[in-house]
Amino acid sequence: MKSLEELRAIKAKMQNNVQLRGVEDADSVIRVVVGMATCGIAAGARPVLNKFIEEVQNRGLKNVLVTQTGCIGVCRLEPIVEIITPTGEKTTYVKMNADKVSKVVHEHLVNNRVVEEYTIGNADK
Amino acid sequence: MKELSLNILDIANNSVKAKAGVIEIDVSESENADIVSIDITDDGCGMDEHMLAKVTDPFVTTRTTRKVGLGIPLLRQQAIDTDGHFKISSQPGKGTKVHADFRLTHLDRPPIGDVASTVVSLIFASPDIRFLYKHKTDKGEFMLDTQEVKEQLGDIPLNEPEVITWLTEYINENLQSIEGGKI
Repeated sequence: MKSLEELRAIKAKMQNNVQLRGVEDADSVIRVVVGMATCGIAAGARPVLNKFIEEVQNRGLKNVLVTQTGCIGVCRLEPIVEIITPTGEKTTYVKMNADKVSKVVHEHLVNNRVVEEYTIGNADK
Repeated sequence: MKELSLNILDIANNSVKAKAGVIEIDVSESENADIVSIDITDDGCGMDEHMLAKVTDPFVTTRTTRKVGLGIPLLRQQAIDTDGHFKISSQPGKGTKVHADFRLTHLDRPPIGDVASTVVSLIFASPDIRFLYKHKTDKGEFMLDTQEVKEQLGDIPLNEPEVITWLTEYINENLQSIEGGKI
């Protein structure tokens, strides 16, 4: 059985990382925004968000910030994820699921290649 | 919603938007009493009587993107459809309390689903809010207070992915030991 004291070990390990993040912050952060209003949640946004958190941790992507937002406005295309690069370019991915997240993390976040087939521009084709 | 845990996530997000400092999530499942109940209590901005009377109407919402809000009506409908009850009470400046219960053996009752995932999603999005999550079954009770987690972590934020992963495992382990979240 896990106990809360185990968190101290995580804390000790994390302290170095946090300092590291502080140095490279600001200019290099990629933001991942998941829509988590009623529409998003009902369509499956929770596993999408959790998959992003898991992938970002497993790959040690220190420059990625995963956050949530409310209703983005196109509920029929939920779950929706927006990825915003440090230069402000925004890509909107629609009808996401956990499998698609893996591909987006690998292609977009790691290799900086937009996965065109999942973007909103391709949604109704 | 496919799982009650998704309703919890949705309703608790209202508390987040109401600028709550403390959000309490109580889940109780009892095969003996044939009931599943969910209580979400916050100390957020609350609502006046006028708004409170209207929130179960799907055409009422605080969102600005559209004129429909479905979170509360969905939960209410699910409770009523499964021989359960729904109640919402609120006071401006004090907070809001949402209660829903369901008949456990009713055929239309959605599964409880992945409550751990709901709780960590909430913590992840709002690490500064104090979450009190209680889960009760016929076998026992489990409680997580994010204040206690914070005391262990010091200045490490609660929403570091590593902490979130640990919390997910911690909640699931404890739920398993009281056989919670399986129905």
